[in-house]
Amino acid sequence: MLNLIRSVLALLILAAAVPAHAALKILATTADWGALATELGGERVDVYIATNALQDVHRVEAKPSLVARARTAALVVATGAEIEVGWLPVLIQESGNPRIQPGTKGYFEAAPQVTLLEVPSRLDRSMGDIHPLGNPHVHLDPHNIAIVAKALTARLAELDATGAQYYAQRGTDFDARWTQAIARWESKAAPLKGVPVVVIHRDQAYLCHWLGLVEVAAIEPKPGLPPTTSYLASLVTRLSASPPRMILRNAYNDSKAVTWLSGRIHAPVVTLPYSVGGTPEAKDLFGLFEDTLNRLLAGGQ
Amino acid sequence: MTRFQPVAALVALACGTLPAFAAAADDAAALRAELQALKNDYDTRISSLEARIAELEASPAPSAAAPAAAAMPVAAGEARSTAAAFNPSLSVILGGTYSNLSQDPGNWQMSGFIPSGGEVGPGERSFNLDESELTIAANVDPYFSAAVTAAISAEDEIEVEEAYFRTLALPSGFTAKGGRFFSGLGYLNEVHAHAWDFVDQPLVYQAFLANQRAQDGVQLKWLAPTDLFVELGAEAGNGEAFPGTRRDRNGLNATTLFAHVGGDIGDSASWRAGASWLDARAEERTYEDVDELGAPVLDAFTGKSATWVVDAIFKWSPQGNTARQQLKLQGEYMRRKEDGDLTFDMQGQGLVGAYASEQSGWYLQSVFQFRPRWRVGVRYDTLDSGTPDIALVQSGLLPAAAFPVLRPADPERISVMLDWNPTEFSRLRAQYAWDDARATDDQDRQFFLQYLFGIGAHGAHKF
Repeated sequence: MLNLIRSVLALLILAAAVPAHAALKILATTADWGALATELGGERVDVYIATNALQDVHRVEAKPSLVARARTAALVVATGAEIEVGWLPVLIQESGNPRIQPGTKGYFEAAPQVTLLEVPSRLDRSMGDIHPLGNPHVHLDPHNIAIVAKALTARLAELDATGAQYYAQRGTDFDARWTQAIARWESKAAPLKGVPVVVIHRDQAYLCHWLGLVEVAAIEPKPGLPPTTSYLASLVTRLSASPPRMILRNAYNDSKAVTWLSGRIHAPVVTLPYSVGGTPEAKDLFGLFEDTLNRLLAGGQ
Repeated sequence: MTRFQPVAALVALACGTLPAFAAAADDAAALRAELQALKNDYDTRISSLEARIAELEASPAPSAAAPAAAAMPVAAGEARSTAAAFNPSLSVILGGTYSNLSQDPGNWQMSGFIPSGGEVGPGERSFNLDESELTIAANVDPYFSAAVTAAISAEDEIEVEEAYFRTLALPSGFTAKGGRFFSGLGYLNEVHAHAWDFVDQPLVYQAFLANQRAQDGVQLKWLAPTDLFVELGAEAGNGEAFPGTRRDRNGLNATTLFAHVGGDIGDSASWRAGASWLDARAEERTYEDVDELGAPVLDAFTGKSATWVVDAIFKWSPQGNTARQQLKLQGEYMRRKEDGDLTFDMQGQGLVGAYASEQSGWYLQSVFQFRPRWRVGVRYDTLDSGTPDIALVQSGLLPAAAFPVLRPADPERISVMLDWNPTEFSRLRAQYAWDDARATDDQDRQFFLQYLFGIGAHGAHKF
């Protein structure tokens, strides 16, 4: 009898103890920050990713499922630079969760950690979908990932002090593997330097900047605006003389305009994952860059 | 040197006393140092200016709007960073419609229902300037945020649509709101006019909530800590908004309770469903009617009014990519019970008798974004007025014809729309409706063209 009581008590204590060891709940706005949080947080974190690689992160709605996740999150990991401006503030407002309000420890943005490209000198919506703080698609330069990783490691340790040692160790380990990978990627990508490419939106800017690809044209006449037929025709005339080596398309982009242009100017369309999960090979952050490079190198032949 | 001593003494005398002379010598040194510093300072300023000029000359000619910004002195920038940095976010929505109505909008009437007194119906013919919505919002401090939305009407009136504070730091999933705010009941009630999928509200909103119910009071919401979205809310207010009236009474004059649940079905679909209850009281809620001889009379209802709302919305996009395609399906059902007294001809005979009604209505609509920027939609509306119990009629005191507005009816309407959204900030819409709200058999065929433009802060992508 005593044994039974003991085991019941032990079970109760265990059950009560579980929440104390519960993983740190993270709401990541994109699969990339989700993957980074998993790399750094390992088993101490429980990551929910708000969007997938086939979605346009700017156009997401504040869905009930996301509000529910924001309610229980201890940390929000977002891109920032206002790319999530349409929905993340709504989630945070509706969440009733004071821990993740901007300005608190539970709110982390990647963009402020790095140097932003294309900060507009003039703001006017007639210029299209411009981002006042600069181009927010920062994750496609692996050097940015390394910087964000350091800041995120520090934030995790701050939020979950008992795991500080664990996060520091994982952070160092990730940094070592990542630095090695960057060196490998950069030597592999050497032939891409100076290669002319056409992009759809300005969301490849950091990738092109990193690899030295030259963006000779964008399919969107202005950021966020779809091309008109006359604009596409003018692109054909402009690009026929010296065609780009390839046309870059993200997995989430519509393929109609690029396919049309590709046929006219005889440059192949290269579909890039853009985000973790965008292609079957881009399973994690390493896979994302590995696959992006493989596709670029194959397409640039 | 000695020869100059008297002169020096004279100078010293002229200057005043000897200590003053010593001080003057010190001052001269300080002055010299200051001059040198000034000179250095100017040197650096001049060289930096020269560098800037060189830089400006090297860069291409700025566009028309740029010089103003470039010529702005530094002081302006400093002023911006202090005084204006905390300015709230500002957004303005401009809207207007062109209406072509086959029936005279002056005699539009929702047959079978006590008029709500709101701005309901198809509006006026030809070009109309719709309300311009001005929203100003910001966090107040770490504990509260505040927002005000003012509607500037074509009649040069400013109406406070919403003006509320909201808590930021309550624990355990609680959020409190206070002031004037769109009540959380149903689905469409919280949606601002510029975000509606049709030019107008469903008939059931027009008949039961005077288009949209704004509560002057407080709201408390609680969100459950579960992966399934579960939200419970309660509101208490002064009860002034239809179907209630302002009463000379302390305390809670209208209560609303609501619950919403929601979630995802895979990557592509999301849903939300809810149930709400509104308890209001009316005191001499007047409305215009005509008596059996056709003379205008003012009638009034006094009593309890309870409304039930059931709402559901389902959205689908391929892999959740709303930029490409989206299908929306939504519907709401309302049922209202009113119990009290009806006064006939308040300003004349003033006959009072018991009144009870049970009325219902619903709409179902679907909007499909078939390609980026283009959407089509269809909506079906219907109402059932039921047959109200009017004691004045049942007792034989007055004929049923004395209450033409309350003659049993089932208004109906079908609307179709097409809209084009060049960007997130602009929308142009065409809508056609077959409206059978009137008691007569004359169907109103309504055609609308509408524009909606948003300037200022980026709007929210609410679900």
